[in-house]
Amino acid sequence: MTMSDTNLNTSTSLIMGKLSWAAIPLHEPILIGTFAGVALGGILFLALMFKFQLWGTLWRNWITSIDHKRIGIMYMVLGIIMLLRGFADAIMMRAQQAMAFGDNPGFLPPHHFDQVFTAHGTIMIFFVAMPLVTGLMNYVVPLQIGARDVAFPFLNNFSFWMTTFGAMLTMASLFIGEFAKTGWLAFPPLSGIMASPDVGVDYYIWSLQVAGVGTTLSGVNLIATIVKMRAPGMDLMKMPVFTWTSLCTNALIVATFPILTVTLAMLSLDRMVGTNFFTNDLGGNPMLYVNLIWIWGHPEVYILVLPVFGVFSEIVSTFSSKRLFGYTSMVYATVVITILSYLVWLHHFFTMGSGASVNSFFGITTMIISIPTGAKIFNWLFTMYKGRIRFEVPMLWTIGFMLTFVIGGMTGVMLAVPPADFVLHNSLFLIAHFHNVIIGGVVFGLFAGINFWFPKAFGYKLDAFWGKVSFWCWLVGFWVAFTPLYVMGFMGVTRRMNHFDDPSLQKWFIIAAIGALIIAAGIGAFLVQLYVSFMNREKLRDVTGDPWGGRTLEWATSSPPPDYNFAFTPVVHDSDSWADMKENNYQRPKSGFVAIHMPKNTEMGFIIAAISFVVGFALIWHMWLLAGLSFVAMMVAIIVHTFNYKRDYYIPAEEVVRTEEAHTRLLERHV
Amino acid sequence: MLSIISNENYRMIPPLVRRGLFLAPLLWLAGCNTVVLNPSGDIAAQQADLVVISTLLMLLIIVPVMFLICLFAWRYRKSNTSAKYEPNWDHSTKLELLIWGAPLLIIIVLGAITWIYTHLLDPYRPLSRIDHERPLAAHVKPMEIQVVALDWKWMFIYPEQGIATVNELYTPIDVPVRFKLTSTTVMNAFYIPALAGMIYTMPSMQTELNAVMNKVGVYDGFSANYSGAGFSQMRFKYHGVTQADFDAWVAKAKASGGGELNRAEFIALDKPTIKHPIMHFATVEQGLFDRVVNRCVADGAVCMNEQMHNDAKRVKAAVVAKQLEAEVCETDVATAAVAAPTIRKE
Repeated sequence: MTMSDTNLNTSTSLIMGKLSWAAIPLHEPILIGTFAGVALGGILFLALMFKFQLWGTLWRNWITSIDHKRIGIMYMVLGIIMLLRGFADAIMMRAQQAMAFGDNPGFLPPHHFDQVFTAHGTIMIFFVAMPLVTGLMNYVVPLQIGARDVAFPFLNNFSFWMTTFGAMLTMASLFIGEFAKTGWLAFPPLSGIMASPDVGVDYYIWSLQVAGVGTTLSGVNLIATIVKMRAPGMDLMKMPVFTWTSLCTNALIVATFPILTVTLAMLSLDRMVGTNFFTNDLGGNPMLYVNLIWIWGHPEVYILVLPVFGVFSEIVSTFSSKRLFGYTSMVYATVVITILSYLVWLHHFFTMGSGASVNSFFGITTMIISIPTGAKIFNWLFTMYKGRIRFEVPMLWTIGFMLTFVIGGMTGVMLAVPPADFVLHNSLFLIAHFHNVIIGGVVFGLFAGINFWFPKAFGYKLDAFWGKVSFWCWLVGFWVAFTPLYVMGFMGVTRRMNHFDDPSLQKWFIIAAIGALIIAAGIGAFLVQLYVSFMNREKLRDVTGDPWGGRTLEWATSSPPPDYNFAFTPVVHDSDSWADMKENNYQRPKSGFVAIHMPKNTEMGFIIAAISFVVGFALIWHMWLLAGLSFVAMMVAIIVHTFNYKRDYYIPAEEVVRTEEAHTRLLERHV
Repeated sequence: MLSIISNENYRMIPPLVRRGLFLAPLLWLAGCNTVVLNPSGDIAAQQADLVVISTLLMLLIIVPVMFLICLFAWRYRKSNTSAKYEPNWDHSTKLELLIWGAPLLIIIVLGAITWIYTHLLDPYRPLSRIDHERPLAAHVKPMEIQVVALDWKWMFIYPEQGIATVNELYTPIDVPVRFKLTSTTVMNAFYIPALAGMIYTMPSMQTELNAVMNKVGVYDGFSANYSGAGFSQMRFKYHGVTQADFDAWVAKAKASGGGELNRAEFIALDKPTIKHPIMHFATVEQGLFDRVVNRCVADGAVCMNEQMHNDAKRVKAAVVAKQLEAEVCETDVATAAVAAPTIRKE
């Protein structure tokens, strides 16, 4: 049966589609409570915005901004807000699994619990890790290569808003309708129209489709930026390692996100118009979906982890006050990982009955990836060797990462042995493994990066005490939360269960829940860190632009950098270009400034993305009239924007002089 | 209920691993019900060995690395001015060889082990032994059990015994069993940790699992792949019993008066249920499992294999017809030139 039979009958359904009052979850006390909280928070936010009259600055300086630095910061804000949502889901799962034993069904019925774990995975990957990683790349890469912005500034703004409106679609599913109950990759036949006739999977599909456009375009943008806009003298083998890993990550994004887009489009065609790509009958094949989604999905984990490998490389050498050991092998390791990440996807489903030779092939390619990854660990290790290590907060995260990540790597290789995977697949061991690499790798790296580059972005350092509290809570919390999961994997406990019969497991789940609470304290400490640092910003002020003894170009500008980043494009002679400039007594130019050509803000990125949110929402609810109209509106907006020729302006020389002289005075006062 | 390392179980572990076990930090887990590491079936036992072997191999490199991270971090701390400081030291060919070579060697060893054991423990491969001491005689045919995953329960069909059950599985110990598996609506994974690794059950597809149970006992079986609302309750008890007890159980099932598992009964069972009670069927309609795999249990449904066979025949015939036409045409070049567009139009 196709949904159109029932929906195109009356004119109301043409307008409202499947949406009715029944879609508002008034019978769910948890959701009503959440909604009340969100509404209160929203009203408070609006009140404060009006009180301090911030609407103008929000619109002019942020929403319409095409400055890569401001967009980078907005990505980080999005990622941190969504982290709170994704983590709330995690706490609910840990609580449910800690109490649902024997006669106690817990507090989440299956239809709610199943949405919670699906939303947790989807949000954490697409709307936490991706925005945070993209935000770091957006902020840092142009500065590291001595550029004034990215190659396509408007596209950058548009990409950010597409990602944000995709996240908003996912959030809308909390209060209007429901989210998918399929697991974060929505395998058919479970995600097909027969097994999931409600709108949950459609929310999933259209959130990711809208956000996916943003991610793909931001990948194109950063590749073009890195390839075309490096400062003179910076050939490929003189690029900072973070820029290298960003380049590889964005190459992966551009090569794999279209696969995700096409796969989800095929799934939505199956659901909407009754094609049979992935159905059980009429020649469909669900395993086709499983292959396609993992051909995107496996490179995706490298998309997340490669940039943070770059972050760690920058931090280790900065805080060891030493050149990075094995720059060349680091670069080759990154490139090898990039290529190999395409050759391992089948290891996610050894247990679906492929032949032994196929399984061995993918098992062995997976193991081979551990060689360049191991080389990277060794390179960081030998960077510390004969260094002068300062245990500032970013360095703590880095050492915590190295010790945690090697365990995650080891369990990963165990899972790559197909016969071992047969007994551990889908178990809590697997859950512990990938959280070990995602938290121990990506999240630790992001916090390291945030602590490292925060003074660059805001002009003051983050408070070290609360940073350390946050770090230790995360590190201890991670191991308390996930060691029990490793153990239960050996007991044959499988994932995504909302109830357990065996009471002997309960103690392990209670320990895991305590671990999750410790991590919650870590997140809380991070928020306190932001607040305390803001209040003490004068004391923590970075006047030099180079608070850590940095080695790459971003530390050559003021903190925060001027809109144009560099008054004169620097010339590069070494991979540690700023360290090299400092060594050779580089003198900041103090005269001869000229007007600087810059891109102009535009509201069109926000508008087009907002309309695409409406398109997505209308398609989810089968509101065909609205979908059609908003699609036309979106097309019109895009075409109108192409006729906008006023896309640039000059920062007058006098203003550059003013900005640069202010910086000079600041530097001189603090020498 | 499930055993910790027992003497008998312990002997099943090869000597190399046995020695290694004392070193393995995994040992402290022996106190828990770590069924995955201490299973009762030969296949699962070999898979557990691989978990241990691969861990030990990697610890060879992980432990020194973790030690060095701590050592270097401590030794080269800023306050320790007695340690050497060489800010420009960033390359050493010898070290580069070591950091690429050492992991490479380990992966070569592990890769070789992987290749061999992935083939030996391929779930499709007929067993060659009952356990590490008893090879399997060549003429022994495995007992076949057909498994169907339904929403949200398990059906087991015993074609040789002519019975079927829901949510209850019995097999005689030390007898090789060949499971043939499929599913009706969504994907599930058939997993009895004590017996052997999991294998997916998928609609319109058939997978296979060869395994043998070596110890009498009652074990947990369940779906290891999330399949919807009733997934958490999609569990059953698996009984490994002696041959005599198995025969007695079969006789009881036949006498239970459960009637025939026919197509109508199957369609009724296919409706989603949670915590479905155990059921026994005295007889099973011929070819039911094949109909499930080929999605033609319902009256009037065309079986997929027939459909594909017919399609193949039709396509083949069309190709032959076209070739004939082409051959006829080639005999006369002028005719061919006229006929070509007509052929393309088809």
